Amino acid sequence: MPFIPHTVEEESSMLSEIGVDSIEDLFDEIPSALRAGRLDGVPAGVSEMEMLRRLGERAAADASGVCFLGAGCYDHHIPAAVWDLAARGEFMTAYTPYQAEASQGTLQLIYEYQTMMARLTAMDVSNASVYDGASGLAEAVLMAVRANRKAKSRRVLFAGSVHPNYRKTTETIVSNQGVEIATIPSTDDGRLDMAALEALGDAVALVVQQPNFFGLLEDVDSLADWASARGVLLVAVVNPLTLAVLKPPGQWGEAGADISCGDGQPFGIPMSSGGPSFGFICCRSALVRQMPGRIIGRTLDLEGRPGFTLTLQAREQHIRRGKATSNICTNQGLLVTAATIHLSLLGRAGVRAAALGSAARTRELVAALTAIDGVTERFGGAFFHERALNLPRDADQVVASLLRHGILGGLALGPCFPEDPTMQNCLLVCATEKRTPEEIQRYAAALQECLAA
Amino acid sequence: MSEIPSELRYARSHEWARLEEDGTVTVGVTDHAQDALGDVVFVEHPEEGQQVNAQEEAGVVESVKAASDIYAPVTGTVIAVNETLLDAPETVNEDPYGDGWFFRIDPDDVSELEELMDAEAYAEFCENEEH
Repeated sequence: MPFIPHTVEEESSMLSEIGVDSIEDLFDEIPSALRAGRLDGVPAGVSEMEMLRRLGERAAADASGVCFLGAGCYDHHIPAAVWDLAARGEFMTAYTPYQAEASQGTLQLIYEYQTMMARLTAMDVSNASVYDGASGLAEAVLMAVRANRKAKSRRVLFAGSVHPNYRKTTETIVSNQGVEIATIPSTDDGRLDMAALEALGDAVALVVQQPNFFGLLEDVDSLADWASARGVLLVAVVNPLTLAVLKPPGQWGEAGADISCGDGQPFGIPMSSGGPSFGFICCRSALVRQMPGRIIGRTLDLEGRPGFTLTLQAREQHIRRGKATSNICTNQGLLVTAATIHLSLLGRAGVRAAALGSAARTRELVAALTAIDGVTERFGGAFFHERALNLPRDADQVVASLLRHGILGGLALGPCFPEDPTMQNCLLVCATEKRTPEEIQRYAAALQECLAA
Repeated sequence: MSEIPSELRYARSHEWARLEEDGTVTVGVTDHAQDALGDVVFVEHPEEGQQVNAQEEAGVVESVKAASDIYAPVTGTVIAVNETLLDAPETVNEDPYGDGWFFRIDPDDVSELEELMDAEAYAEFCENEEH
C-alpha cells in the first residue's frame, strides 16, 4: 500500500467527481463561529539547513554524561538490530490503516506485541498501546470509573508513592470528567500507608505503582486483597522490565489487579530527551470493552490459511465518535514495533538478565555512594533498581556539579515534592545493566569531590 | 425484505416495542436492524430498576462492525433484562422478535406507544432510508 499524499490533479478530479469547487467547501456545514480561522501563531517555514542548525543547538543543550538517571525513563542496552529492523520502510510508516486487513504484517506485529504484554503482566488482554505511561494511567482510571458500575463513588485513591508526573497527567485528563483523585499518604518508609486507606472512604478504584516512584516494593498482595474485598478496582502501574523478576499484576493477591498499565520505554526505546515513548494497558477480559484501542486476533481465511484480523475496534472513535472509550488514544505503532523486536531478540532470559543486572548494579551504586560521609539511604526495605539517597546538601546543586564531571547523577526530588522540605536534599539514583564498576567508581569519586567543595 | 410483524410498534432508531398482557412493554431490535448490524457479539443492558426515558439511550448492542446505542421507545422503569444475550448475543440475529428481546419496561404512560410507527409506516421508513 503506497503512503503517498494525493497530487493536485487527483484533488481536482475528486472534487469534480463529487461536484464541489474547493476543499474549503467541504467544511461548509461547520458554523463559522466554531472555526479557528487562520493559525497566526505558526511561524513561516525554514530551510532544511537552517532547521538542522537550530535542532543541533537544541540537541547540544541537552545534558550528556554517564547516566544514573531513572525516574520513569531508563538507559538500557538496545541491540543494534532493533532499530535497524524497525526503521525499514514497511515498519516506519506503520499505523493500523483503516482497511486494517490489507496490512497483514502490521496486524501480526500488534498481535505478537499484545501476546507478549499479556504474558508479561499475566493479564488476559492488552491493547495496541497509547501515547505513554502517564496517559495510559489516565485512560486506565477512566476505564475503571466506567467499568465499576456498582460503585456509587467517582473517587479514585492514588498512592502518594505513584510517579508525581503520572498523577499530574491523570488529574489533567480526568478532572473535567467528574472524577476525584484522593492521595493516600506514604509512610515514613516511602510506601503506601495501609492504615490511611480506610480513612479515605468510598472509592471506585485504587492506583498503586510497583516498584513505586522511589524504587520501593509495595505490599501489592495485601493491597489487591483489600481492593477486591471492597469492590474497588485495582489499577497497577508497573515497569514492564521488572516483571521478568517480580510477581506480575495478574497474580497480585487472590484475585490479581484489574488493569495494568505503564511505560514501554525500557523495551528498546532510546531515552532521547524524554520521548517519544509508548504506554501499555492490559486488563482482565471482563473489562475489555472499556479498554481504549483495538485488539488483533489470529484467524483462518476462507481457504483455511492463517491470517490476522481486527477483532475489537467497535468502540474506537472512528465508530463511536463522542462515545468512544477514548478520544485521545492512538497506538504508538513504530515504538511498539521496536519494543516487539527488542523483546523477541532478548527473549525471556535476556529480559530477566537486563532486570537482574539493573538491580545488581544499583546495589553496587548504593553501596559505593553511601560509603561517602553524609550520604545515607532515605528509605529502608526492598527496592528494585532505583534508590532515594539523602545528601548533606541541596540535591539540585549537587546534580549540577556532577554534570560538570560528566555524570548525570539522578533526579533531585525537591521540585517533585515542594510540600516536603525534607526532600530538598534527596536524590533518586538508578543504575541499569549498562553501568560498569568503573563508571560507578567514577560517580562515587565525583560525588565525594562535589560534596567536599 | 426483512420481517416486520404487524402487531408491534417501531421506533425510528429501529427498536420494536410489544405491549404485553400485564401492561409492560418488551423491547428489542428489528430484523432490519440486526441485518444491518451484522453478527452481534455483545449486548450491554440497562440495570433492572433503572428509570429510562423515551428516545434516550438504555443499552448498547455491539456487532463486529460497530457498537450502537439502544434507545428506550417509552418512558418507564426497567423491570427485566434478557440475560440470555450476555452468553448468546447471536440470539439477536437468530430470533430478533422472540428470544432475542433486550429488556422489559413498566411504562409510565402506555399511550406513548401510539407515538411509535406501526408496521406499515416502519416498512416505508426502512424503504426510504435505503434510498
